[in-house]
Amino acid sequence: MTALTTETTSTETTQVSHTAGIPFILKKAFLGACVALVLFLLMIGIRTEAGPDGQLTWWTRFGDLASIVGLVFGGSIVIELLRQWIGPTGAEKLVPASVQRSMSLLGRFLGPALLVFTLLVPVIFYNQRYILDLAILVLTYVMLGWGLNVVVGLAGLLDLGYVAFYAVGAYAYALLATNFGWSFWVCLPLAGMLAALWGVMLGFPVLRLRGDYLAIVTLAFGEIIRLVILNWQDLTGGPNGVSGIPRPTLFGIPLDNSDDGLAAKLGIEYSPTHRIVFLFYLILALALLTNWVTIRLRRLPIGRAWEALREDEVACRALGINTTTTKLTAFATGAMFGGFAGAFFATRQGFISPESFTFQESALVLAIVVLGGMGSQLGVALAALTMIGGFELFRGLETYRMLVFGMAMVLIMIWRPRGIIGHRAPTVYLTKAQAISSDLVKEGHG
Amino acid sequence: MSGEPILSVDRLTMRFGGIVAVQDLSFSAERSQITALIGPNGAGKTTVFNCITGFYKPTGGAIRLNHDDGKQIALERLNDFRIAKQAKVARTFQNIRLFPGMTALENLMVAQHNTLMRASGFTFLGLVGVPTYRDAEKRAIALATDWLKRINLFDRADDAAGNLAYGDQRRLEIARAMCTEPVLLCLDEPAAGLNARESASLSELLLSIRHELGTSILLIEHDMSVVMEISDHIVVMDHGLKIAQGTPRQVRDDPKVIAAYLGADEEEAKAVMESES
Repeated sequence: MTALTTETTSTETTQVSHTAGIPFILKKAFLGACVALVLFLLMIGIRTEAGPDGQLTWWTRFGDLASIVGLVFGGSIVIELLRQWIGPTGAEKLVPASVQRSMSLLGRFLGPALLVFTLLVPVIFYNQRYILDLAILVLTYVMLGWGLNVVVGLAGLLDLGYVAFYAVGAYAYALLATNFGWSFWVCLPLAGMLAALWGVMLGFPVLRLRGDYLAIVTLAFGEIIRLVILNWQDLTGGPNGVSGIPRPTLFGIPLDNSDDGLAAKLGIEYSPTHRIVFLFYLILALALLTNWVTIRLRRLPIGRAWEALREDEVACRALGINTTTTKLTAFATGAMFGGFAGAFFATRQGFISPESFTFQESALVLAIVVLGGMGSQLGVALAALTMIGGFELFRGLETYRMLVFGMAMVLIMIWRPRGIIGHRAPTVYLTKAQAISSDLVKEGHG
Repeated sequence: MSGEPILSVDRLTMRFGGIVAVQDLSFSAERSQITALIGPNGAGKTTVFNCITGFYKPTGGAIRLNHDDGKQIALERLNDFRIAKQAKVARTFQNIRLFPGMTALENLMVAQHNTLMRASGFTFLGLVGVPTYRDAEKRAIALATDWLKRINLFDRADDAAGNLAYGDQRRLEIARAMCTEPVLLCLDEPAAGLNARESASLSELLLSIRHELGTSILLIEHDMSVVMEISDHIVVMDHGLKIAQGTPRQVRDDPKVIAAYLGADEEEAKAVMESES
């Protein structure tokens, strides 16, 4: 619990640069409306269709056009006003100081409050299987986000192939468990170690690459792993995947309906929810382990070296820091957590196939890290909740789900360009830990 | 303590394609003294620095570092981070290279990376929080605090380095280099962009490093008031060649040096000097 609090010290700085007046807002809205008019004039304003004899018939829909343009005009005023209120850059804070203070107070207790709430989720939603499943999914992505955060957020190395380590972890557990019958608790560290090994293997060839080049090679690495799994039929079963993966046990006690099961041993009535709750606490424990280790590492020399590497690699070399091993350890640490998450995924699903490890997963996890604010633990957790939970929340919108979701992403990035929690907390201090503004923190060169 | 110079550069040559940036340059830097490398723009000073600190591999020649214990290290054979780690040569950069998003204190802690890494049992012992690591960290913070006090930045220890004033950033970069506990400190234009008052405090800082800690200093500098005030020995370069060396007084009166700086012939420079005196 204390681990989470360190990230939440939020200082809202009031930036007074220029006050955008009403004429500015109106001008901006007018320009937006003009663009909308040009764009939609033909697309919405005029409707064409083939007539009964094959000739072209057309009619106008200027009413619809006017409402769309009006919507854009009004919308851009609203967005501009919101941006001035909430936006961190270039705008005066219109929010009164008292509200800001309570916000920062809220920020400080947000982490612990979230943790307490998360611990109570199985108690509150015991009878709602859907919410428990969703919570497990969110926590899996929180863990993946925290793992990738080490590579992208701390060391500043852009990794687009993170799903590869997730896949390595999942297949490591699935194959070890189905072929040798090893238990989850033996396979878990092995899966992590194997993934870390692959992290180092990826790390070596890409050490000299930066930025876009690094991103492309890591992307290719992710695809290579997936394609190998897909084509190595003898070992992995190819597109058929691996099924019948053993469920985790509570230190040897299975959570099933048998006489040796936990329910029978405790003398309570068996319910399938027991296993779900167990899985929930398992992934929560794994995620918190990731969080704890990351926070510890940040305060150790290796963590500081990662962040220094993100800030300035040349300066690191001049200070005698071995940038090669520093990068490799970042890749290995991130990959290890990815491997743990993968092993959990395999045991939870009971069945895995290469389809679960596409590039889309890498992109989603990276989006969580970027959206959360690179390097911020609480930010990543909030982003995972927003991305995965939000995605489910919009399920009712059906076809418009992706549209609304995409717009929400864009809006968040407009208001908070450096992520939900953009500032950086120092790892060591003499008198007072002050949050460092995101303007100063570098994103890394890859 | 051996009487040998701390650093001896012998016939150093550096070519970039067809361009000869440094040619047959030989000089030495004496132990616990301040040696300045001066010359007009494009003379090849920074190239020499990059060769000494391992950022470039010299085309030819030898660079020898003589430690107090008589151990001799061939710097041209070590590359980048090993020069700082094993040979104990620290450097600063012409354009400041601090870690702007980290606090002043964190910058100085990163500089003690190798010491702390060993103390933390290469992270594994540190992760479980063994007391020996905690002691080492306390010592590291004490050293950093000491340096922050020396450069008058103790009050700003917890501020981001990127938020410090330009002159403060220059001093912090020197302190960061000193936190690696070097035997030779290489400074690339430490006074660039400083005002007169800041230059004076820089001179004071460098002299205190030389006198109190006995660290040898090699510096490139354009600000002649700083160079003449603090240097024990000056090497003058022009177009990749050494054109003069000696004490500040000797160099100041050397017609070749004046010619190089004025971009004039030696004869003309002599004439100028004679007409002045």
